[in-house]
Amino acid sequence: MIEIKNIHKTFGKQKVLDGVNIFAHQGSSTALIGTSGGGKSVILKILLGLIEPDEGEVFIDKVKVSHREPGRTLSRIGMLFQGSALFDSLPVWQNICFKFLKGTEKLSSKDAKELAIQNLEKVGLNYKVANKFPADLSGGMKKRVALARAIVGNPKIILFDEPTTGLDPIMTNTINSLIREIVETMDVTTLTITHDISSVQQISDNVALLDSGRIRWEGKSKELKGSKDPYVFQFINGKHNGPINVN
Amino acid sequence: MKVLRNLGQCVNCFLNKIGKVTDFIISIFLNLVTPPIYGREILKAFYQIGWMSLPVLGLTALFTGGALALQIYAGGSRFNAEQVVPAIVAIGMARELGPVLGGLIVAARVASSIAAEIGTMKVTEQLDALTTLSTNPIKYLVVPRVLAATLSLPALIAIGDSIGILGGYLVGINRLDFSSSTYLASTASMLQISDIFSGIIKGVFFGFIIALSGCFNGFYASNGAEGVGKATKSAVVAACVFILATNYILTEAFFNS
Repeated sequence: MIEIKNIHKTFGKQKVLDGVNIFAHQGSSTALIGTSGGGKSVILKILLGLIEPDEGEVFIDKVKVSHREPGRTLSRIGMLFQGSALFDSLPVWQNICFKFLKGTEKLSSKDAKELAIQNLEKVGLNYKVANKFPADLSGGMKKRVALARAIVGNPKIILFDEPTTGLDPIMTNTINSLIREIVETMDVTTLTITHDISSVQQISDNVALLDSGRIRWEGKSKELKGSKDPYVFQFINGKHNGPINVN
Repeated sequence: MKVLRNLGQCVNCFLNKIGKVTDFIISIFLNLVTPPIYGREILKAFYQIGWMSLPVLGLTALFTGGALALQIYAGGSRFNAEQVVPAIVAIGMARELGPVLGGLIVAARVASSIAAEIGTMKVTEQLDALTTLSTNPIKYLVVPRVLAATLSLPALIAIGDSIGILGGYLVGINRLDFSSSTYLASTASMLQISDIFSGIIKGVFFGFIIALSGCFNGFYASNGAEGVGKATKSAVVAACVFILATNYILTEAFFNS
């Protein structure tokens, strides 16, 4: 369960978040959409405890996220970064099981490698990929490895930061299907940041639209296309004119 | 008014940077003394920073020692003091040229590579990924590099001093007509243990400066490839300037107090 209560955040003179509230109950999948630079990634970083909000509180499964002690909540969270963020110097299996090799929960190398291979199979990759390095993988494979890393250890919450950016339509569909399958089989709460409306409908049940630091619209993803809300209409139709300031 | 405002912004920016560096140093020391300790990362850092710097440092010291012998001979011959070549080569290498040139060479090689590596990890969100995987980036990336640089630079400087003196010796006996025994006897009689230790102690400070500069600039890199380039340049420039400034302060402390 994710609770974001009245979050405010300012960088320099720019107010990025202005009283954001989001609630995602256990097992739900929520997509956060909005214009680039609108503060969506800042919300994810606040959820991870990487950035401290100026005001407001965030709870993960009723435990308050603390910037000073992010470890209290991080063990419950898996994260898929926009650019995959795989460690270049480590082979795929060590990337996937990094938290069991270097983090607080220890596994032997043999067990970690087995666990990595199991998770590779979950994302549709062959065991042979385990010994490769990130530089040897295509963009789609990197995303799948990053997805395997996000789900290892059965987190209760998974955060996706633009999971299909830069991928071709076929790979986008593959990643979306994998995310949907994972959400359904693992009973996890997910929060996805994306610009891709077709992805929103494929991988999430609920949607929130963020603009100028505020949530302008919330609803079911299937209601998105038929919505008469001016913010939603402008965003999904890519119109220049409307309440969303695109300059 | 505009001048005052700009001046105020510069002072503010400078104080902000000092605050960040201080915070970073405190964080390094706190993480140095608390578990977990990443032994494999520390060994890897020792190999990359210490062992891999040996060839370039050795070559620099060899040629510097040789050139120093020629220069001292040329200068000394103006007032019939050619016999001081072995002593001045040894003292010059141990006190000044060994530590400073060694520090600058290692700064160019190591501070740049640390800043580029950590900076790339920063702009590709790998540092954030480390945190989300319950691993403290300071403990995992910075502490091993600071430890390795601080402890291996004194050893590198001691080796560099020896190679530099060897360079002077080779030039002395082959080009300047010194006999081997005279050269070695003169070196041994004039070189004091304090000369050697002053250089080695300088190495501890220089090693810390190099690793700190590389790690700090990498950690605060931003704006993609351009930002990593700027961080790398800043790391090398800052390391070189602080090495030279610290060298002066330490020289004052060791020899003029």
